[in-house]
Formats: sequence, C-alpha cells, structure tokens
Amino acid sequence: MESFALGWVDYTVMLVYFAFVLGIGYALKRYMKSSADFLTGGKSIPAWITGLAFISTNLGALEVMGMAASGAKYGMITTHFYWIGAIPAMIFLGLFMMPFYYGSKARSVPEYLKLRFDEKTRGFNAVSFAVMTIFASGISMYALAMLMETLLGWNFTFSIFISALIVLIYTYLGGLKSAIYNEVLQFFLIVIGFLPLVFLGLINIGGWEGLTSKLAEVATSHGYAAGAYTETWRPVANAADNPMGIEWFGLIMGLGFVLSFGYWCTNFLVVQRAMAAGSMSAARKTPLIGALPKMFIPFLVILPGMIAMALTSDPNSGFSLPIKGNTYDYDKVIPMMLGYYFPTGVLGLGLTALMASFMSGMAGNVTAFNTVWTYDIYQSYISPNKSDKHYLWMGQMATVFGVLVSIGAAYMAKLFNNVMDFLQLVFAFINAPLFATFLLGMFWKRTTGHGAFYGLLSGTAAAAVHHGLTQPAGATSLIKGGWLGTVVHTYPSEMAQNFWTAIFAFFSCLVITIIISLLTKQTKTREELTGLVYSLTPRIRDESKHWYQRPQFLAVIVGVIAVILSIIFW
Amino acid sequence: MEVDIRLPIGFMFLLLGLLLFIFGLTTQADPEIYRRSLEINVNLWSGLLMIVFGALMLLFGLRAKRSRTK
Repeated sequence: MESFALGWVDYTVMLVYFAFVLGIGYALKRYMKSSADFLTGGKSIPAWITGLAFISTNLGALEVMGMAASGAKYGMITTHFYWIGAIPAMIFLGLFMMPFYYGSKARSVPEYLKLRFDEKTRGFNAVSFAVMTIFASGISMYALAMLMETLLGWNFTFSIFISALIVLIYTYLGGLKSAIYNEVLQFFLIVIGFLPLVFLGLINIGGWEGLTSKLAEVATSHGYAAGAYTETWRPVANAADNPMGIEWFGLIMGLGFVLSFGYWCTNFLVVQRAMAAGSMSAARKTPLIGALPKMFIPFLVILPGMIAMALTSDPNSGFSLPIKGNTYDYDKVIPMMLGYYFPTGVLGLGLTALMASFMSGMAGNVTAFNTVWTYDIYQSYISPNKSDKHYLWMGQMATVFGVLVSIGAAYMAKLFNNVMDFLQLVFAFINAPLFATFLLGMFWKRTTGHGAFYGLLSGTAAAAVHHGLTQPAGATSLIKGGWLGTVVHTYPSEMAQNFWTAIFAFFSCLVITIIISLLTKQTKTREELTGLVYSLTPRIRDESKHWYQRPQFLAVIVGVIAVILSIIFW
Repeated sequence: MEVDIRLPIGFMFLLLGLLLFIFGLTTQADPEIYRRSLEINVNLWSGLLMIVFGALMLLFGLRAKRSRTK
C-alpha cells in the first residue's frame, strides 16, 4: 500500500487536537485532591457526558477498523453487533443493574463481587481484569503503530511513544474525569472525521440503491441470495444463507444474550463510566443515552466497509482491497478508503479521528486498570489501612505503570503474534460466564460465594473444553480450536464457534452456581445484602421531575428506534 | 461542573473548522486536489460543519456559564 503524503494542514489539525486533549487534562489537574477524585471521577459528572464516554471508550481504533472489516466481509449483518449485540444489554444495565452498582457504594465491579460474594471471587475477577486491560491497550497500541508505519512511514517506536505519552499525560493529570471528558471530545471528532467518508462513498456508489445492486452481484456470485450483504435478519434464517455462517438462534443467544450482556453489563471498562455519574438517575441514564448514538454508529463504520467491497467488485472503479493470502486484507478498509477519497486537509482530520478513537480506547483501559489495581488489589491485598493520600499516589503510579506495561505488551504483540492470540482466547474463556454470576448474584439472594466462584471456574472450563473439541471450517491452527485431539463438531465460521463457546460457558456457570449455592450456606446476612440484591433492596424512586426525564421513558424510546431500524433493514 | 467540557470542545471544533474552511477556500481553484473527492470541496464543507457544531457547543456552554454566575 502506498503511503500518504501529508501537508501542513494535516499536521496542524493533529497538533491542535493534541493540544486540546492535553489542555483538558491540565485544566482538571487542580481538582485531583483525593483518590476518589482521581479514580472514580468524584461521582459528579452529568449523564450526557458519561453516556457519550460510555460508548466512546468502546469505540477504540480496533473496533472502528474491525467493524469496517466485518462490514466488507459479512455486509449488513455486522449491524447485529450493535442492534441486538449492544442495545438490549445497555437497556438492561440502565434499568435493572445500575441501581445495584451505583447504590452499593462499590467503587468497581470487582468490589461489588466482594460485597455480594466473597474475597476469592473478587480476587479472581480483579486480577484477570487488570491483566486483560493492560494487554488490550497494548494490542491496540501495536495496531495503531503498525498503521502509522504503513500509512505515514512513521517509525514504529515513535508512534508507540507519542501515542502512549499523550494518553499517559492526560490520564495522569486529570484521572478518570480527564479520560471521560476527552472521550466526549474524541467521540465528536470520530463522528465528524468519518462522516465525509460515508458521504463521498455513498455519492460515488449511487446511494443505498447503488450499493444494494452492486452487493447483490457479489452475493449471487458467492451463491447467496441477492440481499445477503444488505439485509440483517432474512439472511440469518439459515446458517448457509449468510457469509457469517450463523443462524438466528446462535445469534440471539450467543451474541445478543451471553456475549453482549457479559460485555456491556459486567465489564468495568464501560460500567465505570456510568458509576462516575453525579446521581442515581444520571447513572441509570448513562447507558441509555449512550445507546441513542450507538444505534447509528454502524452507518459510520460498517457502511465504509460495504462500500469498499462494492468498489472492489467493480473492475472499473479503480479501487481494490489488497490481497492477503487467498482472501482480501479486510483490516485495511478504513486506511484504504481514507487514502482513496480524502484530499489533504480532511485527510489529516480522518487520521486524527483514527488516533482519537485509539486514545479513547486506551485511556478507558488505563483508567479502569488503575482503579482496579489501587482499590481491589493494592488496598485489599498488598497495603491496606493507609491514608487516602497514599492511595491517590498509588493511583497515579498505577497509571504510569499501566502505560509502561502496555508498551511492553505492544512490543510483545509485534514479536510474538501467537502469544497475543492465545491470551485473547484465555480472556474470552474467563469473560464468557461472568454474566451468569451477576445475574444470579443480583436477582437470587440465595447465591453464595462458593457457588459464584466455582460456577465461574466451571464456566471458564466449559468454554475451554468446547473450544478444544470444536473447530471452525477450514481451521489450520490449534489456536482456532480442536486442540483436545478429537473434533466433535465443525462450525461454518469462527464467529459461530465463538457464539456457541459463550453459550456453553454461560449455562455451565449458571447450573453449577445454582447447585453449589444450594449445597453451601449463605455467609452474608440480610443486612449485608441490602442494596446488592433485588429482593432485599427497597425500590428506588427516580428523582426526575417529569415522566419524560425518567430512565424508563428513555429505555422505551431506545427500544422503539432499535426495532424500527431492524425492520427497515430486515 | 468545575470545567464545562462544552467550551473546549466548541473552541476546538471552531478552530479546526475555520482552518479547513479557509484552506478549502484557498484551494477552491486547484483542479488536482479535489479529483479524488469526486470534485467536491470536502475541506470547505467539513470546515463549515465543524464551525456550526463548534459554535453551537460554545453557545450552550456560555449560556450555562452565564446562568450560573447570575
């Protein structure tokens, strides 16, 4: 791929962005007086800000490039990752789970587990989460630096250090609040930076009609129905009818239920944003406000991928995705499209938007890491009963330490790609059953600490065993599955295998937690569980003045729009 | 709110918008530069969009500031 020539305007856009991000961190520095100010944002932020930060921290560079890649590879059914794979879970979090997270006075998700269950469940979750966030930010840093190397000819080490340094400075200065405020700015920048790409692409391809007719040719040439790349529900009636190789049951249960609720409702990375809100009502509205723009992000990140595929299929377009092995290099969609349509000026804006998305993702990981490290690991196991000033200092040190280890992880990703794939696989196994634990913990008061802990372990084991016994079609490496020797079932795609791994993990955790809870004694008293479990918590009354300001009303609006979108693109 | 985030956001987009808008104006006559963007002056239009967005953010932020100091 040819590299871009950037002009002075492009660099100016980048520098202005850097200056503002750092300036926001600097402006917040003098408010960082206690560990709570630094690590939990002082619980004072309005709902529209935490709501936008909630989705912005998830909209990292890997998400943007990955969703565009899936758009090119699978077409419109990629939107299931948003409309069924995020919206229902975000509504559930806001309406039913946030009261326990926010009302429990826990400062983190692992701390909630400690209050509700016991020390070992918290420890397991805290340590695996801390390690996972560091590696996640390392991997995205690696991806960004590789991109900058191929696009701009920037030195790999230079890219790593400049991007890590900026994130480090603004999170070190202003803590979680600085990360959240910057995520809002980055969110708007990502939207405005990619919007021209979607417009130019659609004009070029002849609008939605042009795109549909071009992709219909691609679909029929692969033996699918004409709408396989531009419809969302019709192609998933049967796994053989869509390029993702997934049928509606696996999609709804695996992606729509287990994976999506597991991510959006239990991942501290996103839940932390809602917990930083200024009131219970604001905390509950955070995921609901975030859900509104979230529903339209597919048009920003998936459409460019679909347009790229349509252009590639047309030999006269002059655009073609690069080939990698025996297939297209789908991950190059966003950089290729930026270079194809953007002249100097907006090109700088587009690249800055890409960097902004990287930074919002990395800052999210760093701020979640330093909170879990300081409160759930350092204060709990290493050095309890110190002054708050000491924990503020430790939070700041954890920020520096977290960024340094992420840099190490980025180099590790460069040297040993397999190690990273392996680690991501292990984390997927650990995460898969988590939602079952929270569901039982919050809504069944009989759930015990032993039940939760061994349920989690069994869920992780079930995920590993399922993965070890199955394979996606055409798998060549053991990292894709089948490493237990015998292959019991072959899935049509890796995606289908992932969904079913999650389903097995969830149900095995659910069943084992129930059985062990019934066999063991509840160690927590009724008083201890008040505020943590549904049946023992007095129903909260929303403090909003008008009915249309309540979370319930917002949830209905979000739900209705998601249904309308699904029907339009049925 | 100690720092109203609308103000820096508004200010940044206003600044970047003006930059791209003016750059778009000065390169309007250049036939080479906008060939890839389908002969559309995207710098001009993106700049305009950002100016409007930035100005709105500043407006809301400043209005809130005024009602707070009253």
